[in-house]
Amino acid sequence: MAKFKKKKDGELPQASTAALPDIVFMLLFFFMTVTVMKDSSLLIENKLPAADDIEKLDRKNDKVMYIYAGKPSKEYIAQFGSEAVIQLNDKIAKPSELKQFIHSEIALRDEAIVPFMVTALKVDKNTNMGLVSDIKQELRKENMLKISYLSVKPAQ
Amino acid sequence: MAKRSIPEVNAGSMADIAFLLLIFFLVTTTIEQDNGITRKLPRWEEVPPPNPPVIKKKNIFTVVVNKNDQMLVEDELMELKDLKKAAMEFIDNGGGTSAEGEKCDYCQGARSAESSDHPAKAIIALKNERETTYSTYVSIQNELGAAYTELRNREAVRMYGAGNTYTVMNAIYKDPKVKDESLKEKLKTRLDKLKNMYPQIISEAESKSN
Repeated sequence: MAKFKKKKDGELPQASTAALPDIVFMLLFFFMTVTVMKDSSLLIENKLPAADDIEKLDRKNDKVMYIYAGKPSKEYIAQFGSEAVIQLNDKIAKPSELKQFIHSEIALRDEAIVPFMVTALKVDKNTNMGLVSDIKQELRKENMLKISYLSVKPAQ
Repeated sequence: MAKRSIPEVNAGSMADIAFLLLIFFLVTTTIEQDNGITRKLPRWEEVPPPNPPVIKKKNIFTVVVNKNDQMLVEDELMELKDLKKAAMEFIDNGGGTSAEGEKCDYCQGARSAESSDHPAKAIIALKNERETTYSTYVSIQNELGAAYTELRNREAVRMYGAGNTYTVMNAIYKDPKVKDESLKEKLKTRLDKLKNMYPQIISEAESKSN
């Protein structure tokens, strides 16, 4: 009587999948650590203008404050009209609401970081300068003087 | 009594759960880097200062954009592609002396008496209307910024050798991955010196209504 069963010819051992969850978890943790959650969804059209003399915006220490502007997207035209509007966080806002928004953004941050804060203007390229001037005026009144006109590199 | 054997937990679906989570994070997150033209706004004055300093007309380079996105540079119609060259000629003219009475010994311009005295005195005045398109405004800001960058690059190469352009040094200085403090200190003095040679003075008037 044979103690060991003889293997049938040509049968391959089953590959073990026990390590698969570990690999996938590793990938998962990688993505969880390197990515940032998208914080506000856009209610407006937001195609940035093209420019090549641009600098990378340093987002360290949460010192960047975003202001969006542009024409409302198709599904919101009925609600907000077809003229360009400002979006703050998740809401469409009037220029008069900017002051309150700036104050709340300052209150959210550490006092030491406030003098280094940068306002990033994410404005659609077809917007009129009038609206942008209104935003700039409010920023000047609140002494938030560092701004960045966000743009994309032109396609070659 | 015989030992009760503990049934093994089936971990076969663990991978599926992890995959589900992974795909969720892949979809909801974005890896994006914001790039932009950085500018500094002037301070807000409730009442304009009583005695504004008198600036000679030759030290002001006026750029006016109308509602049809046409550009008037020094009262003449100009295409966007010619703006950078015109701005560089104006800044780099060096026809006179700075406020401290120093001549611009690094300027390579025409030294015309009709154009700016010194880069430190040369002011670019940008004016737009409310109906001007934002993309036009940004491309003009871009060209004006590029004029300063190109002049700074030229001087950087002259003083610190090929490859050490303003753009390159600024990128290294701003890079958070570079930890060498002595290098950063050295770059900072260089960059400040270049910025001092060609200070970026872009003044913006409040846009006219209508």
